[in-house]
Amino acid sequence: MKIKLDRTVCDGFGLCAAHAPETFSLDEWGYVSLVGAGSIPPEREEGVRRALLDCPVHAITELRPAGEPRPEG
Amino acid sequence: MSLTAEAHVATTVATFPDIGSRLVAGVTGRESLPEYVSAGGYAAVRDVERLLAAVDDAGLRGRGGAAFPTIRKIRAVRAGRGVPVVVANGEEGEPASVKDRWLLRHRPHLVLDGLRLAGLLVGSDDVHVYVSDPAGAAAVRAAAEELTGAGVWDTGITVTVVDPAYVAGEETAVVRALNGGPALPADKPPRPFEEGVGGRPTLVSNVETLANLPLIARLGAAGYRDAGTAASPGTFLLSLSGCAAAGLYELPYGETLRSVLAWVGEDAGSVAGFLMGGYFSGVLGPHALDVPLDYDSLKAVGSGLGCGAVSVIPRGGCPVAVSAAVLAYFARENAGQCGSCFNGTAAMSAVLDALVDHRADETDLARLTRWSGFLRGRGACGTLDGATNVAASLLREFPDRVAAHLQGRCGDCAAGYGLTDPPYAMALPS
Repeated sequence: MKIKLDRTVCDGFGLCAAHAPETFSLDEWGYVSLVGAGSIPPEREEGVRRALLDCPVHAITELRPAGEPRPEG
Repeated sequence: MSLTAEAHVATTVATFPDIGSRLVAGVTGRESLPEYVSAGGYAAVRDVERLLAAVDDAGLRGRGGAAFPTIRKIRAVRAGRGVPVVVANGEEGEPASVKDRWLLRHRPHLVLDGLRLAGLLVGSDDVHVYVSDPAGAAAVRAAAEELTGAGVWDTGITVTVVDPAYVAGEETAVVRALNGGPALPADKPPRPFEEGVGGRPTLVSNVETLANLPLIARLGAAGYRDAGTAASPGTFLLSLSGCAAAGLYELPYGETLRSVLAWVGEDAGSVAGFLMGGYFSGVLGPHALDVPLDYDSLKAVGSGLGCGAVSVIPRGGCPVAVSAAVLAYFARENAGQCGSCFNGTAAMSAVLDALVDHRADETDLARLTRWSGFLRGRGACGTLDGATNVAASLLREFPDRVAAHLQGRCGDCAAGYGLTDPPYAMALPS
């Protein structure tokens, strides 16, 4: 699984860091950055998926696997 | 510390000896189309593949601040999906830099010729100029008008003018603005070369970078490399502020600040330090006098050339006060988007303000030290990294000056050292 985090959208709710603390690193004001470049190993996918679904501002998106064509339109 | 609104005016524009006619080329007013063409400008390109190879061999690196190899961006855009877009980025957000404005106002045809060549290299005639300086925009529009019907380059150039802002020239801010949005950075991926204007692969290149393409076409890669170092070939425009010889100087990469200051008639003995790379690359002590001005040498001492702006902190000036003024600017001028940035710049600025006023204690300093490392890379654009660079370099390069401020005895600040606001902001003579 590959994800991206849009830090310009993040509002510091912090649910992601609660679900997947190894992937989402909090600063002391509650805003997150990704640990690593967004490639999620299988054993961390469940927590990251919950983070993605629970983020109130949709700052986390799942990226298409490399090489898969971009949908038209 | 007192702040004034005055700017450092670049009254002198000069070219270092023995580098030939390149970026400045003795031009004083706005170079006209006939003048530029008579010097070999807008030369026909017979073989695009050969030009690509020349740009590759010339080792051109981006002049906007990141020094990224231009050929890699070109090849990525060329190989992308859809018809590419090319943008000449002249939005000079760095207050201490004046070179993009100078190029646009004085050598618009050199920039447009570079835009033409970039279009040929990526295979597109959808070309844009993105600026904030009204005089620069007027010069580009006048140059585009001269081209109309002149038979040297028939194309439609779209000129977009935005309000000046520190973040407005960041490449994703450029793309957002051209897509009808605000001129604010976006988080990555995607990068503009993958997905930019209209979702198409987009080459966003600084105007000085583009201005080098006609030079490479004219001189060839080997001739281009006659100036500069192996890893930083060619010449660059230095915006020098903070001294009597404030100005714009074209230099070969690899000269030291000591040799440059001697050339412009400044006394290296009167230097307490430097603010490097505009506001991006932090402060350096007087040892920087002997570091070659090229990307790798400066990186090796924990700094950078950035957009080519260097500001002198003179004896009698205080690096703590300079750093605080830069952080205050970042706290005020950040995009207000990423929480780590708007909180982090405000927090670091508050500690530095307290340090300047002799109000900070060891706990404050420990927090500043932590933030200067931890916050690196936590913003969508480079603003927060610039802020951490300034804080970290101040602590590393000037521990004695920081200690003097902790102990309440900075003689230079007591004597009253005036900084402009923003610090070292440069202007061209009107």
